[in-house]
Amino acid sequence: MVLFDNVSMTYPGGDMRAIDEMSFAIDDGEFVFLVGPSGSGKTSIIKLITGEVRADSGELNVNGFDLRRIRRGKLPALRRTIGVIFQDFRLIEDMTVYDNVAFAMHVVGASNREIRRRVPYVLDLVGLSGREKRFPREVSGGEQQRVAVARAIVNSPQLLIADEPTGNLDPARSLELMLLMDRINDNEMGTTVLVVTHEKELVNSFSKRVVAIEDGRVISDGMDGYYSYEIQ
Amino acid sequence: MKSSKIGYLIKEGFKSIGTHGFMSFASVTIIIACLVIMGSFTLIAVNIDSMLDSLEAENQVVAYVEETFSEEEARALQPEIEYISNVRLCRFVPREEAMEEFASQFENQALFQDVDASVLRDRYIIYLNDISLMEQTQEELYNIIGVANVDAHLGVAEGFVAVRNVVSAVSLILVVVLVVVSVFIMANTVKLATLSRREEIAIMKMVGASNWFIRFPFIVEGLVLGLLGAIIAFLLEWSVYDVVTNRIIAGVIGRLVSVIPFSQLSPIVLPVYLGVGLAVGVFGSTIAIRNYLQV
Repeated sequence: MVLFDNVSMTYPGGDMRAIDEMSFAIDDGEFVFLVGPSGSGKTSIIKLITGEVRADSGELNVNGFDLRRIRRGKLPALRRTIGVIFQDFRLIEDMTVYDNVAFAMHVVGASNREIRRRVPYVLDLVGLSGREKRFPREVSGGEQQRVAVARAIVNSPQLLIADEPTGNLDPARSLELMLLMDRINDNEMGTTVLVVTHEKELVNSFSKRVVAIEDGRVISDGMDGYYSYEIQ
Repeated sequence: MKSSKIGYLIKEGFKSIGTHGFMSFASVTIIIACLVIMGSFTLIAVNIDSMLDSLEAENQVVAYVEETFSEEEARALQPEIEYISNVRLCRFVPREEAMEEFASQFENQALFQDVDASVLRDRYIIYLNDISLMEQTQEELYNIIGVANVDAHLGVAEGFVAVRNVVSAVSLILVVVLVVVSVFIMANTVKLATLSRREEIAIMKMVGASNWFIRFPFIVEGLVLGLLGAIIAFLLEWSVYDVVTNRIIAGVIGRLVSVIPFSQLSPIVLPVYLGVGLAVGVFGSTIAIRNYLQV
């Protein structure tokens, strides 16, 4: 689970709080949309959750890790419980589709046998069977994003974060991707999903919880599945 | 760490050399250039030092024995002279032999036929270990009862010491400057190489890779490139050294100076090259990615 309790954070050298006394919680197995205008603090929230930056005050807990007191050496363990998907995919260009997914399993010390069994299964799950030997530049944008999804879920993370995952995709591919995320959330593992997005239509087509933020504060948190918040 | 994981990381290190071909080539080239330049200067300094050694070895001190001493008594002084720690070798020259040597310096040796050898003293020709201690040794020789006079070319000794000091200082400064320049160039090359892989490192961190998981392939890569550079530099140095020394030996200078054959130097040069190549490769990689690991 994710717990923000009165969390504030200012970037080094910055004079304004990127996150200002923010409080919200995401339970295990939830599917949450995080919405807000540019500069509202969405990326800062992701950075706080992944331990990339530290909160200045408040309590921050992610998957059982106390991020206000976590030692640097423990960050890899935290990150292994989280899968992250980015708008720009962030695939390693020199690695094939298969290797991009497999290396995430090597990171956690999985055996070669386990990797040979699990990677084809996950690639099949995201609809990439037959694309294993291709390099990222040899597949479409939608397929690259699905490679990123496969890499994010291959280690069965407790929490899956998607940062503007549909930003580089057309509406049909965007919907496909969101349906895939919904399936990942619905599976027996009950992966918690946090999707940061601008796509109003997309948010409104799913009946999910929507947390809206502005200026580093939560301004609405509704279970109505409606993107009631207007981006300014 | 599991052996399969180590195997994977080693494989990744080797793979990376191929996928980042140009940067690998640039790194190896720089290691070769730095090692050959530093090595050449060091070898020149070593040769000059060896030449000075042989010239110094020729520099002798002569200790004259009191006239009142019989040859037997004069010979008896040898253990006392040899006891002085700075004495490398000493040879007794009786006055007759000294006269012969003296006469041999002149064209008309007949002039000296009637000169009695007793006008000269028995003497010891002494070679020293360290000519910078010549004055001190001279005093120690004077302290031996029976030694009447000691002829030591202190000026020449001082000259040698000065030349050696200058050569040592110049080579040391050159080597230090070259080491600093090499490390700087190397660090920048590796930095440039890792800059292009900043994104790759960030992705690795994001999926939960430990610093060691990220560092290991870089270290393997640095180690392989460092070793490769060192071996090529060694072979290149060998060829250049042979070509240059052959020309020196064949030329006029060859009659005046002697050069150390490379085969005699290689047991030292090879491990030093391998060590420097390894250190530069491994530490270069480690230092260059250090900043990217702080996420």
